[in-house]
Amino acid sequence: MSVTELVGFDEALSRYEPVIGLETHVELGTITKMFCGCLIEFGAEPNTAVCPVCLGLPGSLPVANRAAIEYTIKIGLALNCTIATWCRFARKNYFYPDMPKNFQISQYDEPLCVDGYLDVVVEGQSFRIGIERVHLEEDTGKSLHVGGATGRIHGADYSLVDYNRAGIPLVEVVTKPIPGTGALAPVVARAYVTELRDLLRSLGVSDVRMEEGSLRCDVNTSLAPVGASEWGTRTETKNVNSLRSIERAVRFEISRQAAVLDAGSRVIQETRHFHEDNGATTPGRSKEEAQDYRYFPEPDLVPIAPPADWVEELRASLPEFPAARRARLQADWGFSDQEMTWLANAGAIDLVEQTIAAGASPADARKWWLGELAMHANKAGVELSELTITPAEVARVAELVKAGTLNDKLARQLLEAVLAGEGSPDDIVAARGLAIVSDEGALTQAVDAAIAANPDIAAKIRDGKLAAAGALVGEVMKATRGRADAGRARELILQRLT
Amino acid sequence: MTAELTHLTAAEIAAAVASGETSAVEVTQAHLNRIVDIDPEVHAFLHVAGLDALAAAEEVDRKRAAGEPLGPLAGVPLALKDVLTTKDMPTTCGSKILQGWRPPYDATVTQRLRDAGVIILGKTNMDEFAMGSSTENSAYGPSHNPWDLSRVPGGSSGGSSAAVASYEAPLGIGTDTGGSIRQPAAVCGIVGMKPTYGGSSRYGLVAFASSLDTPGPLTRTVLDAALLHEAISGHDWRDSTSVNAPVPPVVAAARQADVSGLRIGVVAEFSGEGYQSGVMARFNETVELLESLGAKVVEVSCPHFTYALPVYYLVSPSECSSNLARFDAMRYGLRLGDDGTASADEVMSITREAGFGPEVKRRIMLGTYALSSGYYDAYYGKAQQVRTLICRDFDAAFEQVDVLISPTTPTTAFPIGERVDDPMAMYLADLCTIPSDLAGNAALSVPAGLAPEDGLPVGLQIMAPALADDRCYRVGAAVEAALEQRWGGPLLAQAKGLSR
Repeated sequence: MSVTELVGFDEALSRYEPVIGLETHVELGTITKMFCGCLIEFGAEPNTAVCPVCLGLPGSLPVANRAAIEYTIKIGLALNCTIATWCRFARKNYFYPDMPKNFQISQYDEPLCVDGYLDVVVEGQSFRIGIERVHLEEDTGKSLHVGGATGRIHGADYSLVDYNRAGIPLVEVVTKPIPGTGALAPVVARAYVTELRDLLRSLGVSDVRMEEGSLRCDVNTSLAPVGASEWGTRTETKNVNSLRSIERAVRFEISRQAAVLDAGSRVIQETRHFHEDNGATTPGRSKEEAQDYRYFPEPDLVPIAPPADWVEELRASLPEFPAARRARLQADWGFSDQEMTWLANAGAIDLVEQTIAAGASPADARKWWLGELAMHANKAGVELSELTITPAEVARVAELVKAGTLNDKLARQLLEAVLAGEGSPDDIVAARGLAIVSDEGALTQAVDAAIAANPDIAAKIRDGKLAAAGALVGEVMKATRGRADAGRARELILQRLT
Repeated sequence: MTAELTHLTAAEIAAAVASGETSAVEVTQAHLNRIVDIDPEVHAFLHVAGLDALAAAEEVDRKRAAGEPLGPLAGVPLALKDVLTTKDMPTTCGSKILQGWRPPYDATVTQRLRDAGVIILGKTNMDEFAMGSSTENSAYGPSHNPWDLSRVPGGSSGGSSAAVASYEAPLGIGTDTGGSIRQPAAVCGIVGMKPTYGGSSRYGLVAFASSLDTPGPLTRTVLDAALLHEAISGHDWRDSTSVNAPVPPVVAAARQADVSGLRIGVVAEFSGEGYQSGVMARFNETVELLESLGAKVVEVSCPHFTYALPVYYLVSPSECSSNLARFDAMRYGLRLGDDGTASADEVMSITREAGFGPEVKRRIMLGTYALSSGYYDAYYGKAQQVRTLICRDFDAAFEQVDVLISPTTPTTAFPIGERVDDPMAMYLADLCTIPSDLAGNAALSVPAGLAPEDGLPVGLQIMAPALADDRCYRVGAAVEAALEQRWGGPLLAQAKGLSR
């Protein structure tokens, strides 16, 4: 189906109710892999972080990583789940070259955590997202398909496999079906993953970088006619790997499925691929030809039976969750809901908090991070936290402005110089001579020079056209390369000409 | 001296090496010579590591000369089943699909043998991936029974049992999944022990059925078995199913060799149709012998043992279908059909088609079916439930008695070729041994004499609860001592299959 046959989003929502669901895979940030002692290293030479166990060599056996089980329980607790008192790993059997044993050690009907929820707020409306299960498994290797146009296996000349990723602990968080979001479905999907990401980050269990694949998302979408008693057939869009893409994928599927249903056809239960370039999804493997994974309890591992006191110890060790922290900080800083949402969306809460801690006012901290610095980050295509400036440096810049040493324009130059690696704010101020010229002598000289050089403007002002003073202030600023205190310059000009 | 060295027990060799009466190198060379002489007839070995064995022996001799402490089996040669990984030797599991594979790591059992100063002579033949009871399923041809070279040595550890019975090595390591140590021991007239599941590490044991596989000793005497049992046992963190408990006092029990006051149960279900008359005759004699030695013998019924065979042929193929999936030509072993145009899927199929033998394929198919969605509950699930009932039969029996006994296998060694086209007949060889595997218990087979009708060895099986392995040795050693007195020496002395 081509993009032109889609039904408009708003029109689709006028006739159909979407139900969404999300399956999120999180690579845990443990030191070693799930079932062996190999170190987890991002970006290591291919096939160097491997051993007989994660290569699945004949005779090798898995040994479960206690830290990974601990992290999974923490995630379950943070998502208000019930923690199993006894559960097992299971083998998921299927053949694929990037899977060393041709089975994945996962969990099937006995997950470690079940039945929780996560609240998200979208446009002032709160949604409770049900969590079906949180289970622990091992990641597969990574295939690189060489030749062919798409980078997929179809049409490739040959494939290379890197097993460094094989055996990295992976947690899968599966939501219950989420009905009742209506036109907000795409935004709710995005908000859920954002909230989950922030929660996982606060737990310190993963670096949750979608661009590096440590957080990966599959998005389920179905449509049913408004008022229908049953939900429609769902599709599963695989590997949607940015927050923006999650929103786009849901939007696209709603428009596409509405078109299918409008045409009197039925939606096929299948997995679909999302394309970043045009925001479309295309069919992958049909569920009708789905594999039989022949799950059975993993005989090489013993059951996991977390003692209740251990679980309680972990519960007690949980940090403040992002939602509670946001509420606390919002109250402390006196920001509006909207301002707080902007901060959260920009990933700037930590930065602003640290900037305030370094002495800046909440308003100044927010102004610099969401203004000038957000613009730079956006231009460079990086996260705010990746900018080469510290919250303490931002606080110092704010302080210099407050003290009258700098005006906003000079402050922007200073921030740029810090980002360019020229040194600390104070060093740069000294080196560049960046300071407002408020010295009366120098300023008076510049004002007099400007009046002398622009007699017609001076005449206008003398005639009472005070607005013309702005032009002379501009000349003064030019002459002082922006360092003049513009307000004082205006005062001096008016003093002399009126 | 050389010929005599090969006929000593492991305990005698270790003592002679420790005292300096002989050297480990001399002992090793004698066994290597024996292998050169007779292995062309027996075909116990798939790989002989002569130079490495002599180097290991030299190291033992050096340690002795330096006054360093030696273990109780230092300098004693051993035949290692080719299912345990060895970094200096190939590991094929008797399969074409692993031809030439050299593992980059040692199995825990291999490592512990090396640490104990045991000399690994080489790797022994086996039914492919330990699936079989005769070694006829080996991709490299069958081994021969030293009692009668036209007969099978049992299986799947038939290479190790043949090597020990033909004096190529005083010690052998086998693995037992459904009887693969005890049945070959029985039909070769030697001692074979399946330790408690998890008592000996599975790390580096190429898996057939993970919940059943157990490495254990094959030897000519009960004491040697106990010494080897102790050397390879104990907790291993690399195997999550390894038992974290002290090794039962097996050597002390083998030396105790006393059954007075012990309660012994005869399993009622293991007799009748299908049991060779000479096997039952020797078994019944042993029962009387045990009574005469002061044991209290009673008959015990274990009604669910009759389901053990079907349960085993659902559980073990299910696990094997998954365990053997990794042999896909991608990373090691055989690769066929990779002509630059074939897809990975095609290369996998071509390689697996050519690389696995018929019995392995049969079990992969059985297991794949039993685990399939819609059949799981009726087959794999049901089998696990019945497995629990079998465990309960054992529990109930061990409330009444200290050990259970039965014939090890219903018949003596059968002729090579007789059962290859009749899998059910082949499977029946493990009828009496399978329950202990399903329950994870300890079980020992010791020679009980020769069946009068064919003059071939019969085995007595002694079954004990998990972690009570010592009871098997206590009873086994008592039976061995009493019977050798009756026979005027070891049963093996009567073997006529070998010219030498």
